Amino acid sequence: MDTSAVPAAQRPTIHTAVRATAPSDADVEPRQALRPKLSIRSLNFYYGGFQAIKNVTMDIPERKVTAFIGPSGCGKSTLLRTFNRMYALYPEQRAEGEILMDGENLLTTKRDVSLIRARIGMVFQKPTPFPMSIFDNIAFGVNLFENLGRRDMAERVEWALTRAALWNEVKDKLNQSGQSLSGGQQQRLCIARCIAIKPDVLLLDEPCSALDPISTAKVEELIHELKTDYTVVIVTHNMQQAARVSDFTAYMYLGEMIEYDATDIIFIKPKRQATEDYITGRFG
Amino acid sequence: MDVAFAWLTRSFAFLVFSILAAILVSLVIGSQLTLEKYGFSFLWTAEWNPVTEEFGALVPIFGTVVTSLIAMLIGVPVSFGIALFLTELSPNWLKRPLGTAIELLAAIPSIIYGMWGLFVFAPLFQTHIQPFLIGTLGHIPFFGALFAGPPLGIGMFTAGIVLSIMVIPFIAAVMRDVFELVPPLLKESAYGLGATTWEVVWRVVLPYTKVGVIGGIMLGLGRALGETMAVTFVIGNAHRLATSLMAPGNSIASSLANEFTEAVGDVYFSALIELGLILFLITTVVLALSKLLLMKLARGEGSQT
Repeated sequence: MDTSAVPAAQRPTIHTAVRATAPSDADVEPRQALRPKLSIRSLNFYYGGFQAIKNVTMDIPERKVTAFIGPSGCGKSTLLRTFNRMYALYPEQRAEGEILMDGENLLTTKRDVSLIRARIGMVFQKPTPFPMSIFDNIAFGVNLFENLGRRDMAERVEWALTRAALWNEVKDKLNQSGQSLSGGQQQRLCIARCIAIKPDVLLLDEPCSALDPISTAKVEELIHELKTDYTVVIVTHNMQQAARVSDFTAYMYLGEMIEYDATDIIFIKPKRQATEDYITGRFG
Repeated sequence: MDVAFAWLTRSFAFLVFSILAAILVSLVIGSQLTLEKYGFSFLWTAEWNPVTEEFGALVPIFGTVVTSLIAMLIGVPVSFGIALFLTELSPNWLKRPLGTAIELLAAIPSIIYGMWGLFVFAPLFQTHIQPFLIGTLGHIPFFGALFAGPPLGIGMFTAGIVLSIMVIPFIAAVMRDVFELVPPLLKESAYGLGATTWEVVWRVVLPYTKVGVIGGIMLGLGRALGETMAVTFVIGNAHRLATSLMAPGNSIASSLANEFTEAVGDVYFSALIELGLILFLITTVVLALSKLLLMKLARGEGSQT
């Protein structure tokens, strides 16, 4: 991809860009120091005997958008799925190392895994509305942890749907099935469902891969909005998308973290030849 | 060629209709005598006396419904637990042997269940479980009447338990198959919100698979209603209306199996055929009710348009 495809308005200039590891963010909120929300230390991940992630160490800054890019099978989705221990559903998958969130190692903590997942929301490649009404799709997650009255719940649902830029489209049909919505609306419903339980971190696993360009634009706009309150980590196949929405980008290849830096550095002046080959399309 | 194929398959399909109609018609014709003699009162008359030729279907209908109900009350939750364990919790190495074992259970002929029920289960039940149930539950006012009476070993409760063992493999196998059809992403998104396994299965998997699950339950219920051999062995075959579940009773299918050989006289014979007709109708009603239930559930999840 040619870096000139990155819209100039969304692209910080080179001299203001900073390393992820050297926090002095001059981009959006100069006064706020970059604090790591998730610290990954020497993470290895195995599918049975196959090692999918090799010794990854990185910090994911709070209230920023961090993108993982790389070719299929490079481990970027796998890495995302370690953050909320989704892999633990499958007995043959295991992770070694540390993932620290606010100082707590998520991989070994004694706390219930569902509490971790409530703080780290996840949105998937395909929209996955539950087989229930739009209202209940949002209320489902909230009910798991909070006991809200009917009015509070209605407020929460409206808040989440508004936040996900979906309220105006569905406010008159909250009782309809979530599956009756269009693909783009369903995906925003899934995002609303995640933020309704007020997590700290949002993991987006190729959230736009099943969406048309207009829906994609809406979701990207939404991601931009969400980073004021949430730490967002997005996996994407689409390099333009990474360039458009993220503050930091990590390039992964064959389970290794090749380069991780501010997005404009990755896309304009990557330090590694491998990264440059990939983003300019000369990969392979 | 295509036309011929279409006609061939169509005729197979319509064969189903004609067989259904033929069975219904022959049942009605065969039971004409008692239909005319007793009318609808046949349904709620408890008398069954071949000597005086007085016949009523209440006892067998009651026995059929009660034993099937007991079988469902025990079988459905257990099958649900089996399917849940197999799809969500079981380690991989255990899935195949366990799944195969369930399918084998379904393949055992019903007469074996009957013999096992009569010679193994009933004595055990009589000496250990029944006295306990009668001694505890039997003392609860009103409700206790269901468990009152002497521990005979055989009876409607025993038949219900044997039936539940027979329907579990059917229901569990269907439930497991439909649970496995749930997209992993859908389950993961529920887990991702912090739901526990139970919450995921109860609130997401079950609504998603409700058509299949109800289909499986109906398959089991169909088997329980029509099961003949195993029930005949353990139900006691007494034409007596009892409030206690421990008491011997009779079911439609086992009455038919037992009494056709000794049915002398046209009225007796006709009464038995009418029992068959009633069983046929009960199954139809159950099927219709399940369709209604599905329609109601579909409304519960919000309209589709």
